[in-house]
Amino acid sequence: MPVLAPARSPSRRRRDYHPLWQLTLARFREFLREPDAVFWTFFFPILLAVALGLAFRNRGEDPVYVALLRQPGADSIARLLERTPGLHARVLPADSAALALRRGSVALVIGRQDGRYTFRYDPSRPESRIARLVSEDALQRAAGRTDPVATTAEQVREPGSRYIDFLIPGLIGFNLLSTGLWGVGFTVVQMRKEQLLKRLFSTPLRRPHFLLSFMFARLFFLAAELALVLSFAYLVFHVPVRGSLFAFAFLAVLGAFCFTSLGLLIASRSRTLEGVQGLMNLASLPMWVLSGVFFSTERFPALMQPLIAALPLTACVDALRAVMIDGAALLSQAGEIGVLAAWGVVCLGIALPIFRWR
Amino acid sequence: MIPVVSARSLIKRYGELTAVAGVDLEVHAGECFGLLGPNGAGKTTTVEMLEGLLPPDQGSVALFGLPWHHHAQELRERIGVQLQETHLPAKLKVVEVIRLFRSFYRNGPTPEEIMAAVQLDEKRDTWVSRLSGGQKQRLSVACALAGSPDLLFLDEPTTGLDPQSRRALWDLVTTFQRAGGTVLLTTHYMEEAARLCDRVGIMDHGRVIALGTPAELTASLAASPAHAGHFVDREPTLEDVFVALTGRQLRED
Repeated sequence: MPVLAPARSPSRRRRDYHPLWQLTLARFREFLREPDAVFWTFFFPILLAVALGLAFRNRGEDPVYVALLRQPGADSIARLLERTPGLHARVLPADSAALALRRGSVALVIGRQDGRYTFRYDPSRPESRIARLVSEDALQRAAGRTDPVATTAEQVREPGSRYIDFLIPGLIGFNLLSTGLWGVGFTVVQMRKEQLLKRLFSTPLRRPHFLLSFMFARLFFLAAELALVLSFAYLVFHVPVRGSLFAFAFLAVLGAFCFTSLGLLIASRSRTLEGVQGLMNLASLPMWVLSGVFFSTERFPALMQPLIAALPLTACVDALRAVMIDGAALLSQAGEIGVLAAWGVVCLGIALPIFRWR
Repeated sequence: MIPVVSARSLIKRYGELTAVAGVDLEVHAGECFGLLGPNGAGKTTTVEMLEGLLPPDQGSVALFGLPWHHHAQELRERIGVQLQETHLPAKLKVVEVIRLFRSFYRNGPTPEEIMAAVQLDEKRDTWVSRLSGGQKQRLSVACALAGSPDLLFLDEPTTGLDPQSRRALWDLVTTFQRAGGTVLLTTHYMEEAARLCDRVGIMDHGRVIALGTPAELTASLAASPAHAGHFVDREPTLEDVFVALTGRQLRED
């Protein structure tokens, strides 16, 4: 059988396929044939956006609930307060009123003593301060106060300044991190456990080709992922991309490169899935909290800001947000781009020589 | 003539345990060499050092006269390796796995030729996870043949296979050898070694304790004074040689 002929037999032919392309295809096929992985990569960010979008949706004005102490004349005061839109007043005995205030079902308790009103509330609760101002205003106007200056209110509810606008770029960054770490980390360790890495190591396959195949496969999925999340955000929540789509895509690709490198570094030595999972949690948890995915990083003390700014997820989310919400130009994000590129190159540079093939 | 495999004083330790305690080995072109031994004798460790997967603590390995540390890339183009427990990607089709491995080598047959050679052409679009044990093993050997190797390593290629699958694999090895290839295999089955191997080495406790053709080994057993009178009614088999050399106690894995 000439097919199996070793040595310099004429049946030897050049290969028709590039190893990097074949490995990337293998990654791609294995992923698409794993319905769970497809679900978590593509639909999880959308589920999260829906859930958070509902929880933090911009409702109309929040109604204000106040309690009136059961005293002579309390009922007529309650009727008077109820005339103000959004203000709801109940008459309660003193102990129930105190309980309602503690439990937060009313924001303010109003009493009357020696001809003056008393307001009981916790000034650290914003809704209590609002209740006090609204109630006082209603009472003063009813007593005949007139406003010396005329004012008009102009209400703004434009896309770009809502919580969901802040959230969508955060979620995209968050998803880049998770798919980079989990997609790569688990696959590599599984291959190591099943001796497949050792088997590959016994062939002339170039080591960087193996690691690069993970990057290339990620780029395929990234395009699908971004298209899905961005069009969902636009159609359902009317979240616009103000900057250029090219800048946005460039940042996403750079983020994917950076987090895939991090995933390869984390998985470079682990022999067990439990071990790699612990390392991935260790790497990603601080970033989920600190990097401004769900709320602004400005809430953390000034002392921590340089550390926070050096995290790759912070750089990724900040830059995506700047391009998406503020329409920033790519060049204005040079600092963030530098942070992402540096993390990616350093992680890959360390992962390659220390990578355990056995 | 330069031996295809040449190992000098190989030593490999794992902490306290000396897995391989000084092995010298030569395998010649066109030969099928079998490495036999009980579990834990150091066969797999030895083979992995020969395959360039494991650096020896001491000693040296050269294939085709080329030492591993200077010619790794070139040697990997010229050998085919089948490992004991590799799980090929479960969700890839047979043709995809073969094409993948074929792409790693500069030269070799086409994926179609490889599939035909291991009789998997009818299974070309079947996922690896849906193959039988024998088919998986043939696929594993097919991947090892993807670069038209001059030297083929097979580590317990027929363990756990039914008789038909085992014979199909033997045929593959014989075909490869007839075409001029060199084979180094490990096995637990004496029948397999007697049938396939031109020479065998028996390993125990990290050393090669007997080396020769199956006929030489059985003849020396029959002639040894310790076994005089054992083999009056029948010829000794390789299994008798193995048990006589390595004893009857059970070995831990």
